[in-house]
Amino acid sequence: MTQGRRARRVVMFVLAFALVALVWEGYKAIGPEEGGTLFGVRLLPRTGDRAMPHVWSMWNRLWDPEIRGGTESIFVVVMRATWYSLRVAIVAFVLGSSLGIGLAVVMARFRWAERAIMPYLVVSQTVPIIVLGPLILSLMAFASRDLAAETWLAAVFLGVFLAFFPVAVGTLRGLQATPPAALELMDSLASPWWKTLVKLRFPAAVSYIAPALRLAGAASVVGVVVAEISLGIRFGVGRLILSYGQEATSDPPKLYTAVFGAAVLGLLMAALVVAIDRVLMRHRPREAS
Amino acid sequence: MSLAVQRTDSTRARQLVSAAVPPLVLGLVFLAAWQLWVEVYDVKPFIIPKPTAIWQSLVDNSDLVWKASWVTGVNAFVGLVCGAVLGFGLAVVTNRFRIVSELIDPLAVTVAAVPAVVIVGVLNNMYALDSQIGRRIMVSIAVFFIVFVQVAKGLRQNDPTQMELMRSYAATPRQTLRKVRLPNALPFFFTAIGTAAPIAVIIALVSEYFGGTQDGLGSKISGTLNGSNKALGFAYVVGGSIVGLLFFAGSALLEYVVVPWRRRRRSR
Amino acid sequence: MTQVAPEPGATAAPFAVEALGLGKVFNPGSPNQVDALVDIDLVVKPGEFVSLIGPSGCGKSTLLRLFADLIEPTGGSLTVNGKSAHQARLDQDYGMAFQQSGLFEWRSVERNIELPLELKGWDKAKRKARSTEMLELVQLTDFATHMPWQLSGGMQQRVAIARALAAHPQLLLMDEPFGALDEMTREHMQAELLRICARTGTTVVFVTHSIPEAVYLADRVVIMSPRPGRITEIVDVTLGRDRDELTREASEFFERVTQVREALRGIELAAGARGIEDR
Repeated sequence: MTQGRRARRVVMFVLAFALVALVWEGYKAIGPEEGGTLFGVRLLPRTGDRAMPHVWSMWNRLWDPEIRGGTESIFVVVMRATWYSLRVAIVAFVLGSSLGIGLAVVMARFRWAERAIMPYLVVSQTVPIIVLGPLILSLMAFASRDLAAETWLAAVFLGVFLAFFPVAVGTLRGLQATPPAALELMDSLASPWWKTLVKLRFPAAVSYIAPALRLAGAASVVGVVVAEISLGIRFGVGRLILSYGQEATSDPPKLYTAVFGAAVLGLLMAALVVAIDRVLMRHRPREAS
Repeated sequence: MSLAVQRTDSTRARQLVSAAVPPLVLGLVFLAAWQLWVEVYDVKPFIIPKPTAIWQSLVDNSDLVWKASWVTGVNAFVGLVCGAVLGFGLAVVTNRFRIVSELIDPLAVTVAAVPAVVIVGVLNNMYALDSQIGRRIMVSIAVFFIVFVQVAKGLRQNDPTQMELMRSYAATPRQTLRKVRLPNALPFFFTAIGTAAPIAVIIALVSEYFGGTQDGLGSKISGTLNGSNKALGFAYVVGGSIVGLLFFAGSALLEYVVVPWRRRRRSR
Repeated sequence: MTQVAPEPGATAAPFAVEALGLGKVFNPGSPNQVDALVDIDLVVKPGEFVSLIGPSGCGKSTLLRLFADLIEPTGGSLTVNGKSAHQARLDQDYGMAFQQSGLFEWRSVERNIELPLELKGWDKAKRKARSTEMLELVQLTDFATHMPWQLSGGMQQRVAIARALAAHPQLLLMDEPFGALDEMTREHMQAELLRICARTGTTVVFVTHSIPEAVYLADRVVIMSPRPGRITEIVDVTLGRDRDELTREASEFFERVTQVREALRGIELAAGARGIEDR
């Protein structure tokens, strides 16, 4: 991307959030205190400082100590939690993606596997599998006492579970989308199946795998955060959301600092996936957006 | 003259059946293995219930499951419709101003990256605890961004021949919008709906995890799966899956009916 | 064979198209400047069929788009049907067909044909009558309610031609409309086009890459050369108006084709240009 375009993107990014802050404060200024109705529906939120803290009080809270009399600012606490969750999410992402790609290869190789498993993969994209989270976790606890102690593994597990499906679906679609003419060429060169896979199918599938990886990145973050919230894992962003959320009535801006952390987590993961995407597609013509 | 090849109904039916057999077999094998594992290892029902127990629970509590599914389903539906309408409308209106989509893109990326549970926590704070509004808003937000981005993209992609034709007809920009660009954008709209419908269900579910009224599927599932009546929890999960599948099927059907010409093209 | 009458009230100008010293320069003054057309003098009489042929970059498509007022000239003068090209476009005095049929996939065949009539504000009954008439003209009456994807390429182009003629314009502008078709279909479509034009009496300006096509269809073949785009030669095709499959085997036909080919080869030798099909 040219320098000019990159600068413009950054400016737009900042501008977008500035606008949101403006709308937030604007609504606070003119909106009804107890919330209101629009078209007969209770659509408008309460505007008191409890429900909608001022943008600057959110900002200030970030730099205040986490607990009264404590030494660490919330910023540090939140960043540490974000870093923790990020590492767990990355592990989940890598593991989930690898498993997904592996399954897709198996399904591409064995037609019966593909026919049997594919409908479940498709269904997994439409059915809210995230609800199985608590179940997965209790399964893990049942399977091994040691695993239960390592609660971060539970978060990894859930992240893997959520990330695995989109990668499997996307990779399989990509592997099957190889142009028949190219396949015939490889056949005529007497290339064995595995070589064809590596030299032709995978490179051809990259443009399908890349968007699937984006979904997997977001999914692994969701899985990790939800696991942290469900299990009350001490170190991650999920835990912060939970506990700060409980303190929201007495200290409203605190919750937003945790939200800030979660946003940073999500965006960092997205940036990582985009970087991977760039590497994978570095020799491809850019799709016109 | 090449016209569309008409397949006979019987070969179509046969193909459907043969496509359905392997996954059914796999599913049955899986359920049987599950059942056996529970029986053989004497797994207690509060850890993992057996499939037959789940079925029993589903039958016994069908009205509970139905009620909870309804609440969640309505939330998802309302959010889906609102988000779709807003997304489509805004994309059309702001199509002339490139800067709007440049501003919305960063927000779309962020909303996609931040787990919905987090945003819901914020919304719960902003709204009274007894209303479903927060959840519907959450669903609308997620759906809005998906639809907006896709429709904006569809409106930007114009078949150059068709645009030249309209120019040769001295058509006004409004006529061009109505007759060419909107119909061209419809497949993109339905792609977005197909993605957004299951997401609407997922978010409606997840947004019930933390506080608020406890009568939807999400809260029931998290409540029961964390407790001891896991069979009931699974029954709720089955209910949630059915809702998700219904939404997906509904959006696929809608696409099939409204945009039939897309069946012929495999465009991304 | 009934003549399809021109729109009542349409004025008959002395020339369908009159270009004098017409020129088009893209990006004037910048390093990307392209002299697409220079000093074009061309007069097309009403009812005439004129082909434009030349190697890539000779500006034939650009010239057609100038006639259609899809782009504006940078020099010289241009009248279409006695008016400025701009006015001719506003008055819908011409119909246009491209290499892609540009049919709207969401509309049936007859609704595609009715498109320009809708834009002109015709009411439903009038539109239906006209589209039925056009379908009969291109011999696709049985396909009125079909969708474009159900038709072959040749049939889609027939619909595009029907659409181009729906408002009974006096001028038809065509940019390689048969370029995407296979050879057999192409020859069939050429015969169809001649038949249709005989019935409607429309003036046609036809851009093509194919020498036999240019000669078979036209009264005059305008040969153009690139860098800068200009008219090199105009060949009169004296095959008469009643042409059929036998015409393709007539010695007169071969003579004209050879004449055009040699003119093009002369350009080729002069400038090392590419892009002419020898079919």
